[in-house]
Amino acid sequence: MAKQNRRDFLKTAAVAGTAISGLSIKPAKAAPKNILSEDRMGVLVDTTVCIGCRNCEWACKNAHNMPTQPQDKYSDRSVFKEMRRPDENAFTVVNEYPNPQNSEIPTDVKVQCMHCDHPACVSACIVGAFSKHESGAVTWDTTRCIGCRYCMVACPFQVPAFQFDKALNPQIKKCDFCYERTKVGKLPACVEICPVEALTYGSRIDLIRIARDRIRRNPEKYVNHIFGEFEVGGTSWLYLANQDFSKLQFPKLGEKPAPGVSESIQHGIFAYFVPPVSLYALLGGLMWITKRKNESEE
Amino acid sequence: MELFTRPTAINKKYFTPGVIILILLALNGLGWLAARFIFGIGAVTNLSNQYPWGIWIGIDVAAGVALAAGGFTTAALGHVMHREYYHDVVRPALLTAMLGYTFVAIGVFIDIGRWYYIWHPLIMWNGSSALFEVGICVMIYLTVLYIEFLPTVCERFIGHMNLKGGLKFLNRPVEKLLILLNRGLSKTMFIFIIAGVVLSTLHQSSLGTLMIIAGPKMHPLWQTPILPLLFLLSAISVGFPMVIFESLIAARSFGLKPEMRVLSRLGTMVAPILGVYLAFKLGDMFIRETFVYLTSFNLQSVMFVIELLFGVIIPLRMFLSKAVLNSPLWLFIASSLVVFGVFLNRLNNFVIAYNPPYKFATYIPSIGEISITVGFISLLVLAYRFIVMNFPVISQPDKKYSPATKFAIRGSEE
Ligand code: SF4
Ligand code: SF4
Ligand code: SF4
Repeated sequence: MAKQNRRDFLKTAAVAGTAISGLSIKPAKAAPKNILSEDRMGVLVDTTVCIGCRNCEWACKNAHNMPTQPQDKYSDRSVFKEMRRPDENAFTVVNEYPNPQNSEIPTDVKVQCMHCDHPACVSACIVGAFSKHESGAVTWDTTRCIGCRYCMVACPFQVPAFQFDKALNPQIKKCDFCYERTKVGKLPACVEICPVEALTYGSRIDLIRIARDRIRRNPEKYVNHIFGEFEVGGTSWLYLANQDFSKLQFPKLGEKPAPGVSESIQHGIFAYFVPPVSLYALLGGLMWITKRKNESEE
Repeated sequence: MELFTRPTAINKKYFTPGVIILILLALNGLGWLAARFIFGIGAVTNLSNQYPWGIWIGIDVAAGVALAAGGFTTAALGHVMHREYYHDVVRPALLTAMLGYTFVAIGVFIDIGRWYYIWHPLIMWNGSSALFEVGICVMIYLTVLYIEFLPTVCERFIGHMNLKGGLKFLNRPVEKLLILLNRGLSKTMFIFIIAGVVLSTLHQSSLGTLMIIAGPKMHPLWQTPILPLLFLLSAISVGFPMVIFESLIAARSFGLKPEMRVLSRLGTMVAPILGVYLAFKLGDMFIRETFVYLTSFNLQSVMFVIELLFGVIIPLRMFLSKAVLNSPLWLFIASSLVVFGVFLNRLNNFVIAYNPPYKFATYIPSIGEISITVGFISLLVLAYRFIVMNFPVISQPDKKYSPATKFAIRGSEE
């Protein structure tokens, strides 16, 4: 270090500069698969219609080849005593809450991945294992995932689940919006089985129109809020309810997309690699100047 | 400066009662580690779908990276600003950084569910992910640290090659190679030194960006858009205290005289940096009006107060005092407090502040998780001890020069 002369320094500094910019990572261009399509699909869940039969829980497992109890076992309502969450063994669960308008008929709420329009999981995943598809579905790719669980930290709805009990090839599990079924024109399994049409499948734009319409025609029945219309920048799954959503244990979220702040910081720090490269140049210059000062003092 | 102290391998017995205890702790950790690989993460940890990250990320990775910051802060001081005065502490700090980051990498390796895919981020890029940025920077920085340490290895073996028996013929060619390597390194080292400082600045701050995406899942006392800045400032402020802390422990355990002359001067720089950190931390609290959360008495508010009071304010006051700077004991206490403060800050950010909307039980680390973390720390200390006893890292008075010359040289310099 000390023996180096100034000419060498400049020469190598130039080389180093090029080397560093060679390392640069181009700001990720929105991969085609993560484009937000105008006609993305969604599901409108009307919690005032849902009867808590839990057939959707069964159908979902069945459609994804997951072990399941016989279908008639799902009419057991004792599970409602405790709040349940989707996990690695169930992509969707139904929870029950008291109904302020009619204590005889409780309110049932189906829970699954919301398929956000600006998904935190897609933004966060270290290897880009999550993608937002044209159909609106947010899916996970087992060939990329390294199992770091950052997606779970990021998701505002606390949805992705991890197979903690598996020593080899643990997977992230969550509702995939029946990606394989909808690709071939079938309905999502839960929508298809629902006996009372609490779930409506359609383009997100239409669903919002339908939801607004229902609220307009029944203003004393519904609260004037479509959950998912604006939450975290909008979600593919939308909910209607007859009471405040916080009573149904929906998280209170703002309208800004969940990844917004962290992405702008990331892109600020790495704007075409200018900040790191300038820092490099600055430090290089400082090093050269202090070195010269030291030499002239000698 | 090298004229009167020079890095020398320390000649002492490796095994002491303390070392034996560390070995036992390390073995215990390794046992649990085996269980983690055989039975899976769920079997040895208390992690769950509610709490996906625990102390392996909070301590082994986040606190590990922060406490290894001595490497880049001393490199910036000693090499970039050419403050030759501090050269004595650059090597030990570099060694700590190298070992620290090695264990950070191992910590990540054991925490991720699919450890055999740890190389995926190298070819599968997601530029919008803060974790991706941290991962790539840490990988490159670790390589840079190894390169920065190479001259120490060359120095150890040049002129001291003695392979025995059938390998004897290799001695000369290997030595030639080392000399060549050493020469090449000394010409290009500054590239790596600057790169190391840049990479550290980047990932120390991006580590702070990590939790921002968790949004309201993180307690408002810690969740702020300036987290990256706070992480960077706290990393810089813990750099020198960590060097002082280690240097005093090493001096104690090897029975050397503490290098107070360098350490107290290093200490004078701590208060200003810590002050800036405190200003931002308090400023952020007042701008976001999060002090209201301090009025309720719970785990989060208590931990926040401990972190700020014992980890920043008290040591800041101590580092302003001349008496503290000149006493090895008080300097040690003040430095330990800063180290403790930053350690706690990382643990708070990643574990204590994490407050998922749906939880069934609060996360408390399991015996297995604690054993593995403690085991890694023990291994790190053991490796440090082994290396300073076999490689020229810690500076000691050079016997070749008489005290009179020493004084003369020092005098002329100042
Ligand atoms: S709800 Fe969570 S997992 Fe589903 S798309 Fe949104 S961020 Fe991703
Ligand atoms: S666990 Fe897998 S899917 Fe989730 S962030 Fe990590 S790599 Fe991506
Ligand atoms: S959309 Fe498909 S995967 Fe998602 S809850 Fe319904 S059935 Fe399950």
